Amino acid sequence: MATFKLNINGETKEVDVDPNTPMLWVLRDHLNLVGTKYGCGIAQCGSCAIHLGGIAVRACVLTVSAVGNQEITTIEGLSENADHPVQKAWLEVDVPQCGYCQPGQIMTAAALLDNNPNPSDSEIEMAMNGNICRCGTYTRIKKAVQLAAESTNS
Amino acid sequence: MTLIKTKIGRRAFIKNTSLASGGLVLGFNIFNACKPEKAEEMATVEMPKEWFEINAYLKIGDNGLVTIYTPNPEFGQNIRTSMPMLIAEELDVDWKNVIVAQAPYHPEKYGFQFTGGSQGIRRRWEPLRMAGATAREMLREAAAQSWQVALEEITAKGGLLQHEASKQSAGYGEMASIASQLPIPEEVKLKEVKDFTIIGESRKNVDAKGIVTGQSMFGSDYQKEGMLIAMIEHPPAFGMTLESVDGTAAKAMPGIKDVVRIKSFKDGFEKGGFDTNAFPELVAIVGNSTWEVMQAKKQLKVEWKPITAYTETINGFRGKETINIPAGFESTDWHMAKIEELAAKEGKLVRKDGNPEAAFKKATKIIERSYSAPYLAHNSMEPLNAFAHVVGNKVKIAAPIQIPSLIVPTIAASLGIPAENIEMEIPRMGGGFGRKAYAHYVVEAALISQKVQAPVKLIYTREDDMTNGIYRPTYHATYRAALDENNNLTALHVKAGGIPESPLFADRFPAGAIANYMAEEWAVDSNITIGAFRAPRSNFMAGAEQAFLDELAETMGKDPIEFRLELLKQAKEDPVGERNDYDAERYAGVLELLREKAVWGTKKANVHRGVSAYFCHNSYAAHVLDMTMENGTPVVQNVCCAIDCGIVVNPDAAKNMAEGAIIDGIGNALYGELTFKDGVPQKKNFDQYQMIRMADAPKGIDVHFVQNEIAPTGMGEPPFPPIFGALANALYNATGKRHYEQPFAVERRIVG
Repeated sequence: MATFKLNINGETKEVDVDPNTPMLWVLRDHLNLVGTKYGCGIAQCGSCAIHLGGIAVRACVLTVSAVGNQEITTIEGLSENADHPVQKAWLEVDVPQCGYCQPGQIMTAAALLDNNPNPSDSEIEMAMNGNICRCGTYTRIKKAVQLAAESTNS
Repeated sequence: MTLIKTKIGRRAFIKNTSLASGGLVLGFNIFNACKPEKAEEMATVEMPKEWFEINAYLKIGDNGLVTIYTPNPEFGQNIRTSMPMLIAEELDVDWKNVIVAQAPYHPEKYGFQFTGGSQGIRRRWEPLRMAGATAREMLREAAAQSWQVALEEITAKGGLLQHEASKQSAGYGEMASIASQLPIPEEVKLKEVKDFTIIGESRKNVDAKGIVTGQSMFGSDYQKEGMLIAMIEHPPAFGMTLESVDGTAAKAMPGIKDVVRIKSFKDGFEKGGFDTNAFPELVAIVGNSTWEVMQAKKQLKVEWKPITAYTETINGFRGKETINIPAGFESTDWHMAKIEELAAKEGKLVRKDGNPEAAFKKATKIIERSYSAPYLAHNSMEPLNAFAHVVGNKVKIAAPIQIPSLIVPTIAASLGIPAENIEMEIPRMGGGFGRKAYAHYVVEAALISQKVQAPVKLIYTREDDMTNGIYRPTYHATYRAALDENNNLTALHVKAGGIPESPLFADRFPAGAIANYMAEEWAVDSNITIGAFRAPRSNFMAGAEQAFLDELAETMGKDPIEFRLELLKQAKEDPVGERNDYDAERYAGVLELLREKAVWGTKKANVHRGVSAYFCHNSYAAHVLDMTMENGTPVVQNVCCAIDCGIVVNPDAAKNMAEGAIIDGIGNALYGELTFKDGVPQKKNFDQYQMIRMADAPKGIDVHFVQNEIAPTGMGEPPFPPIFGALANALYNATGKRHYEQPFAVERRIVG
């Protein structure tokens, strides 16, 4: 066990965990930030996507000891009141079905638009292809990403 | 107006005094562990000082705000929005003044709280509207008494009670206190369809904000003070059971509290239809955190042993059935050999019309084609999990579960605790697709909690989830058609089977449309457990049948939609047999709508179309799938979908479900497959089990509903089965090759 000071959603949090613990479980079990979801544990489904230094990463394979003082943003910290352009677009398009994968989808989409504010359809497909939605909301996810891009660019 | 007696679900009108006591009662959160789901949102609306409970489904605040308790478990079909819409419609309240809360498991008040079989809205259509309508009547009665005027002169609309003659008016909130004291009316009037203002108008998902902000809402999100994390270790192969466990090394790992053995069924327990469980004897490991338990789980030393064959009686929806569970370790090669063997033999005759043997004998041409599909894992994004806290002879459960009531007897028997001592919350499910109807994991969590004397959250890893069983079975169907010298269809023969169940629906279309018809079935016993998977059996039969009809139409030189319509005309005007389970007119109607919306008959350069239609779960769905070939790879450009599910309560949400069904179906048709070697599932996680991803989804989907005033029928399942056929038929038109074996993508790779 070791103590880690983490910068999460603009706050400093301290946890005492095994250094190999993935951030997914640090967030869910130790910090009660349960918006980040467990789907596969092997970086295949994207349900656990968070931002590390502004980049979308898979929290299920990111060990707490690898984080250092880099800034972490989770779905809970993406905006103050569901008003990030991606969240607003998700609400406008009414994307979710079961909703379980959606935090990961949103975090991936937000990181995409940060790096590429005006992605083409195939760029959206490529960026989002690592995120599985078992309910099959892909056409709505794509529409919401396009809408978020438009609203940010207008 | 429809006048109905308020006899259905009378118990729902028994008031719950503890909840009617007023103040900020936000929900039924029995653990007070999570933040109330809507707390953030509710902070922005003015909360009433006092709530008045009118019946179990709704309470009205003194300021007119209405809390509606939605009864059924939510797994993505958006009934947490559409069920409250039914109540709000008849209550006649402004939707923006409605707060939705999840009802707990309480069958006396809320009836059969069941998510499955596309039955939610269909079964709740009248009772929920009645709950709203009786409340509206009680509010009117309260106004009539207060103003000393005749009841029939009071109108109730949009949350406002009015008496025109005396110019008096009051909000529902002002009359709620009096209304809550009044007797339940003996009869209520339900609105005419033309008077609906909420039903039929799209309303956004009431949970969307919680979802996009990552609020705690799923079963696996549960937290409770002192809660331990548990995981199970099940046998590595079907056909095995637990022999012994040495937990010494695991227990020595950091954060680990205990390693225990559990047995899910008491000896002699009579199983229900949803007690399916290949691995009733398990090892459980319990500790402080998920990661620690995951690591320690690897240190468990478990000895497994082969099972011996047994026979058991299952008391399910179809009454008592005896099933044989053979011993041994099954492999996909063996399954395929058995399928080949059984498909070649005569099956059990289920239906026969006319004289098919004679028609085949006289036939000028016989077309015979066989179709197959593998086992599928449900792979809900949220792996199985359950929270349980057993204290003495009381049990608290919070688990993602499709049919709470059917697991209660099992929990009670396994724990030795009376069923009435089991309280259950119904959190949101991260997908279910049938899998979460089989709640063995809830029993396991309860047994573990009882053993370790602590609140426990059981978490399945993805690997545990994918290898635990209760799969969509593997199926096979052979279709034969007899054509006469004029290329007319004279007989049809279907023989379908599977492991361990047959997928046959003997009374479905095209039965009823063909004078000489025969349906046979067969099955092979297996120890690999199976269960309902979105549109059970239909999810295979539709693809096979609709691909065969396509090939038949081509052979007969007919347009595939026209050919189906001809058969349906026959079935409508002069049906063969009496047990046909579909309405030929509605079936034809959905095809006609599809033909119009898809602009069938127009040719677009390089666009290859496939059509398919199917009836299941009381509804009709049909698709036209447009495919292009991009560098030799098929790409689904668009799916045009037509559905007749009666009145559509929440159109945009229904469209979302249809879009999901289409994408889900394309994914399973192309990639879905679970294979076995010596009883061991050969895929354990998403690096091996290919799921459809965004790049493979259709570029566009347009969904159209037949407009009618028929009470709602199924919606979640019906658009799923026919997409398999539309995809197969488009693939043929795009590649010139018929696809008979799912998954098609694998088949393509094999044939190069």
